[in-house]
Amino acid sequence: MNPLSAETGRDNRSLGFFARHYLDGPLLALIVMLLSVSLATLYSATGNDGGALWSQLKRLSVGLAVLVVCARIPPDGYRAIAPAIYAGTLLLLVLVLVFGDASKGAQRWLDLGIVRFQPSELMKLAMPMAVAAYLHATGVAPGVRRLPVVLLIIALPAALVGAQPDLGTALMITMSGLIALYLGGLRWRWMLGFAATAMAAIPLLWFNMHDYQRSRVLTFLNPERDPLGAGYHITQSKIAIGSGGALGKGWGEGTQARLDFLPESHTDFIFAAFAEETGLIGAGLLLLLYFALTARCLIIALRGQETFQRLLGGSLGIIFFCYVFINIGMVCGLLPVVGVPLPLMSFGGTSIVSLMAGFGILMSIQTHRKLVPS
Amino acid sequence: MGNFDRLRDLYAERRSFFARTLVALAFCLLLMLLLLWRAFDLQILQHEQLSTRSNDNRMRLVTVPPVRGLIFDRNGVVLAQNSPAYVLELVPEQVEDIEAMLDALSAIVKIDPSDRERFYERRKRTPSYRGVPVRTRLSFEEVARFQVNRHDFPGVDVRAGLTREYPLGKSMSHLVGYVGGVTERDLQQFGEADYRGTTHIGKTGIERQYEELLHGSTGAKIVETNATGRPLRDLDHRPANPGSNLHLTVDARLQLVAKEALKGYEGAIVALDPRNGEVLALVSEPGFEPRHFVDGISHERYRTLNNDPRRPLYNRALAGTYPPGSTIKPVMAMIALEEQVVSPEQRIYCPGHFELPNVTRHYRCWKRRGHGWMDLERAVAESCDVYFYKIAHELGIDRIEKMLGWFSLGQETGIDLPGERAGIAPSRAWKRAVRGQAWYPGETLNIGIGQGVMTMTPLQVALMTARIGTRGGSATPHVLRAIEHVDEGRTIAQAQKPLPDIPIANPEHWSKVHDSMVATMHSPGGTALSVGQDAAYRIAGKTGTSQVAGLSQEDEVAPDTESLPKHLRDHALFMAFAPADDPRIAVAVIVEHGGSGGAVAAPIARQVLDAWLHEGPVEVIAQDTAS
Repeated sequence: MNPLSAETGRDNRSLGFFARHYLDGPLLALIVMLLSVSLATLYSATGNDGGALWSQLKRLSVGLAVLVVCARIPPDGYRAIAPAIYAGTLLLLVLVLVFGDASKGAQRWLDLGIVRFQPSELMKLAMPMAVAAYLHATGVAPGVRRLPVVLLIIALPAALVGAQPDLGTALMITMSGLIALYLGGLRWRWMLGFAATAMAAIPLLWFNMHDYQRSRVLTFLNPERDPLGAGYHITQSKIAIGSGGALGKGWGEGTQARLDFLPESHTDFIFAAFAEETGLIGAGLLLLLYFALTARCLIIALRGQETFQRLLGGSLGIIFFCYVFINIGMVCGLLPVVGVPLPLMSFGGTSIVSLMAGFGILMSIQTHRKLVPS
Repeated sequence: MGNFDRLRDLYAERRSFFARTLVALAFCLLLMLLLLWRAFDLQILQHEQLSTRSNDNRMRLVTVPPVRGLIFDRNGVVLAQNSPAYVLELVPEQVEDIEAMLDALSAIVKIDPSDRERFYERRKRTPSYRGVPVRTRLSFEEVARFQVNRHDFPGVDVRAGLTREYPLGKSMSHLVGYVGGVTERDLQQFGEADYRGTTHIGKTGIERQYEELLHGSTGAKIVETNATGRPLRDLDHRPANPGSNLHLTVDARLQLVAKEALKGYEGAIVALDPRNGEVLALVSEPGFEPRHFVDGISHERYRTLNNDPRRPLYNRALAGTYPPGSTIKPVMAMIALEEQVVSPEQRIYCPGHFELPNVTRHYRCWKRRGHGWMDLERAVAESCDVYFYKIAHELGIDRIEKMLGWFSLGQETGIDLPGERAGIAPSRAWKRAVRGQAWYPGETLNIGIGQGVMTMTPLQVALMTARIGTRGGSATPHVLRAIEHVDEGRTIAQAQKPLPDIPIANPEHWSKVHDSMVATMHSPGGTALSVGQDAAYRIAGKTGTSQVAGLSQEDEVAPDTESLPKHLRDHALFMAFAPADDPRIAVAVIVEHGGSGGAVAAPIARQVLDAWLHEGPVEVIAQDTAS
């Protein structure tokens, strides 16, 4: 094999193990650390359920495989196929609305015969890719002419996902597009305009919400409103975190999670289960890990060689943090209960794949460096 | 655009991107600190409160009900026990179609509509993972039939538990009483704290009287439960103290003899040991089957019992009040002697009736032809009414009243059983208070022969007999002989409560009264000669006839009892102590509408006396079958 890759101009021989496989050591280390914490917490929160651990391990290996594959694809490749991925995912979202499986009152799943998956998950990646690719092609800092195009790119999938209805994901997708737009140099005055519009849209949104969505918001505003119903989650979650104290109850000793008082203790509310057992020390260290991971993503983005790489990398890093903040904020009772899992911690399959793909893209940005910038 | 411009643009773009990324990262840091502050708020500042709530979540105080104490007679015969009972239970969360399951079960185990009703009632109060009783007290046959077919009934099982059994059933029902489900009122009386987890509580009789002793004290466990309330492990444990076993003064053998003797009648027998007040037998006929009450009596069965004209639920021995009739005469004689209204030898002529000055009404003697000349002994032995009209008239109600109290009239005896009534000791004050009327001299005459407003319970008559037999001694009647503290392994005898002696000026008077009562049993002309004459021991007794309301002195006296409808016939009474010179038993018998005391009540009493004094071998007590 040619030691000097013609494509990338890298000398693979002089690179370490990670770089040779297009992996970023620090990012991978942080991911593995978080996943280890996740598995330990998962095992405890499910009451030492080896089966759950095993199934999560299988999902993680799939996720890691996706990461490795995604890291190998050079950023230019992503840029090239971004419009196609975006258009394809949009089509899938339409199909979901027409043919999708209903589950818990919302159509989110598409059954492809072999696998069932949620196209909205794919859109979490396709959206920043599309916006980044568009701004890369047409130049940053979009003005009056190009801005409507970007907004349309953002609004179309958001509307489709919101119609499923999956308000949480729709919001996250919108956000990932807007973050890319922000990093792409959207003028500050425009952003103020957006913020004002969003505020004005809140009442409109309220009257178009489903009952369960409204109930979530109301329960957020006053958790004691329905202590046995929707408020039960958040009350028990706060009890779990608070009863952990400074040092925690100890691993395997979290009574709230293990005795099922804490609902969704291994999925959406896994942070509460973790904080119950490890206390403020554990919670603080976990937050630090998440922040470090976000920072690493942004450093990679800053070092991106092209607009597309920077915008995509930055968006992925920030949106990752948004997930973390929204989940922990919700579990702590700072934000309403929206069904957002805690990335890298929560038990579950669908989100891990898109998440790992995102990290794979970031590693690709980091490792596919050209000697001469274009 | 030239290269330079491109580079400048690139530079500007990178700078803008750098700035914006930095702003975003700073914003992320801010949010992270917000989360950290929130974690600090919950885990440090609110830790104490939330930690308490966490413990409240998982810890349950579970009470451990104590095992109820047993009840024995004076010889150790079991009167109340806890026996294993097989209960058919269904776990609702394991059964999909409960109604269909009950239908299927009823093919092998008898399930009444009332069982179903009770099942659904209990199911509402039971967590769905816990078994709900479908049927209690399964027969062995039913258990066997279920076990063979149990694979057809997932979620249904037979559980062995304890239930209260009364081996002597009806014979002891009014004495031992029964337990039943705990009610709101029971909890108010006995305190809610100690009855968490207890399903049954004493309702009547000894079971009620000594509820606190029998119940014991409830233990407690702190149990860790999960969110559905399923207990996982014990965190702390304080064992229950079992209830104490009670040893009664009652002799089950004597009780059965008494019950058998009274069979077919409505009435009561109370037998006391006059020396110490121990209740040897206490029967109220008819009895009832106490076990029907233990698991909750059905409406229909309760209605039947309640509407039964023989009133099986009514405890005649304690709550039945009857005019004592001629059984009061020994007491009247004693009062007259003490007040020196009459001397033992003084003779009074009985022409068959008695008149008060200025009153046209005739007070008749039961013997219309008259008794002729009567001294005190003959007057008691032959139960001459005229003799007692005369001495009562001369005593006057105030002097009579003063001494009646010494013989237990008008006040509760203080027996350790619930539901006792006091009867009426008549007096001017009583009549003014209750009837708002003045006392008439004629009423005093009726009091002299134990009729009119004066009433006594069979227990009071028995105590009166004991007081006479012990020359004014004896003790408060009681049923509890000893308490066996099971956990401490020791038995504590109950202290007797001697009654204050009757202050008698001349103790010789006791002998005169005793002689007159012996003459009743053993002398020619005595009203109970037929009962007393062949006895192996000397009996001191007195017959009595208690007039039933509706028959007044105006009517022809002593109508042929056989010709009257039963409910209008007089009550037959008899009291006796024996052996006469050193009494070991005092007995009172009342047979409602039995007619003559000598002919009906006295032979019944004789059977009881024989059973006690002959000291025959203790027979094996057969289980009382529900008849």
